[in-house]
Amino acid sequence: MSVLDSTTTILASGVRLTVPLAFAACGEYLAERAGAMNISVEAMMLGAAFTSVATASATGSATVGLVAGVLTGLVLGFVHGNLSHRAQINTFVVGLVLNSLVLGLTSYLITTDQFASHQVGVLSIPLLQDIPLIGKPLFSERWPAYLLILLVPLTWWLVERSRWGLELRAVGENPQAADVTGIKVNARRRQALLWCGALAGLGGAYLAVGEVGSFNQNMTAGRGYIVIAAVIFGAWRLGRTLLGCLVFGLSDAMRLALPALGVTLNAQLLVAAPYLLALLAMLLFTTQHREPAALGRPFQRGST
Amino acid sequence: MSAASLSAPDELGRRLLDRLRPGSDSRMTAGLTVVLVAVSLGASALLLMLTGASPSASLSAIWTGSLANTTGWTTTLLNVAPLLLVAVGACICSSAGTFNIGQEGQVLVGGLAGAWVGLRLAMPGPMLIVVVLIAAAVGGGAWAALSALMLRFRGVNVPVSTLLMTFLAIQLVTFAVSTPWGLQESTQGSSGIADAQSNPLPVNAQLAGFGQYPSLQLNTGLFIALVAAVGVALVLSRSRWGFRVRMVGLNPLTAKHAGVRVGALGGFTLALSGAFAGLAGGLLLASPVSTNRLQAGLSDNVGWDGLLVALVARNRPLVAIPVAFVFAVLRAGGDFLSATGVPSYLVDIVKALLVLAFVAPPVLVDLFRGRRGAMPSTAPAVSVVPTETKAAA
Repeated sequence: MSVLDSTTTILASGVRLTVPLAFAACGEYLAERAGAMNISVEAMMLGAAFTSVATASATGSATVGLVAGVLTGLVLGFVHGNLSHRAQINTFVVGLVLNSLVLGLTSYLITTDQFASHQVGVLSIPLLQDIPLIGKPLFSERWPAYLLILLVPLTWWLVERSRWGLELRAVGENPQAADVTGIKVNARRRQALLWCGALAGLGGAYLAVGEVGSFNQNMTAGRGYIVIAAVIFGAWRLGRTLLGCLVFGLSDAMRLALPALGVTLNAQLLVAAPYLLALLAMLLFTTQHREPAALGRPFQRGST
Repeated sequence: MSAASLSAPDELGRRLLDRLRPGSDSRMTAGLTVVLVAVSLGASALLLMLTGASPSASLSAIWTGSLANTTGWTTTLLNVAPLLLVAVGACICSSAGTFNIGQEGQVLVGGLAGAWVGLRLAMPGPMLIVVVLIAAAVGGGAWAALSALMLRFRGVNVPVSTLLMTFLAIQLVTFAVSTPWGLQESTQGSSGIADAQSNPLPVNAQLAGFGQYPSLQLNTGLFIALVAAVGVALVLSRSRWGFRVRMVGLNPLTAKHAGVRVGALGGFTLALSGAFAGLAGGLLLASPVSTNRLQAGLSDNVGWDGLLVALVARNRPLVAIPVAFVFAVLRAGGDFLSATGVPSYLVDIVKALLVLAFVAPPVLVDLFRGRRGAMPSTAPAVSVVPTETKAAA
């Protein structure tokens, strides 16, 4: 295999590993800008992956499965939002419980049930896919991947240009001030979590009915946490967050591909890279105040 | 305060009285907890029936695996010790308002430090086990202290940094046990294959079990954990230091004005909770609950489960003892459950639902009573690192 070919293979595998992260990262980014630190993104992806495969198996349509995945994410976003931004249970506690609940539930159900394999189709863009090196990786993907072209600008526009997004950012930076101006702080955070749930659900469903075609136990394997690491690595800016997803996707692809190419690189270091980079980013960025000031802090009127 | 409560002068008085009479609220919380526990168990039973399994058979399998005979009791009690230690550590730092969720990683690093010392140091007799446990506690404590330092000097959010550190710990241990110059086991004879695990600890680095009754064995680890729970409960509730810790948790500003070094104390409790988790890792390594080898799977979710124990016990170390017991029953029973054909993941579902059933009621009672804006009754557990604004500023 020539160097060009193997580079294309690694790039293609890297892009495939990046797409689910990118969907979920758009959602997590928006939620974190609203100050909602949402570690249940893992649960949303895993739950959506399961329901998408189950629904696709039941209906025979991978597209319906994809929709079911989005709905699962929405439901989990709704549950998380109400538990932590209405009932005011610590958002990390809610996240941990949801993650272990969904992991337990999907692992349980996959051992008691069998599902037929369904996959959404590949959409190859003529001409563009013939570009050497990047043609195949970028322009010959399962069709939902191209939704990113729509969803990334939409997320950016929602956060940076819409009135709703302005209020979201106010809620994330200074909830007390936002509250005084009449913004319903916790309602905005719940809405942000719905967006996060829908996109994380899409990411999980894409992983299942898009790339793999089936569900295996704990198939997201911590991708939700990598998404959180990507948002931190991206210093709460959408472009850099997506760049983080690409870096982490590529490093994962390298980990899988390098042994076959005969290159030895420390596998553990590659697995640890997202978390290490996120920690380093946090160490660097905190003094620059990139982090939404109220990130992860519950809001209750009258308390500081 | 709403207009309605201003027009009814009794309202304020009633609320104040409610606050003075803890009975009414705690009765309501207890009632709601019972209802939610019943709902959780009902939901789990429903899941079993929907998937064609029998709830009563599953229940009896859990019973057989954990409490029906001395073998079950031995397994259950072996599981109690590490869970309880992790939970006790979590109680300390949550009391100071610092929320550590990285116990899983701290357990692993504790195990790594313990294994390193246990395999590399030659020491006579029972000295070695003591040194192993101390090294484990120091290892876990140091791992958590890194998060404390990140908070102190760079204002990094503690739950996030401890969470990320957990994933680093898993890779660190994996690296250590799959590197020949690290802790990987020596190759097995002619085959020359070495698995990703360490050699077993020498016998004098293993915790003694006692009581050779018909197979009921009590491990020293259990006594260490019980002493730790009672000791921490006493220190937190009776000592001057414990008072400071609770003051920082309930109101860091007041604590600061009273002369408490809020940041340093919060960081220290975080390191201390890591040390307890690390000690739990040492216990796992040195007691028969594991194979006495360091593996990446050594912690086996003990860190996460221990954290859940502390959440259910609402950060009271003494309450954590029975809760850890219940969780240990579920762990021991879960292993047996899978032998009867029901996936042991059922136990994880039950655990998660139980945690929700115990965490939600106090907050829900506040919500029903319209106490939003009042000081939350579970303040230390609910607030996320009140000291971090000052550290970041």
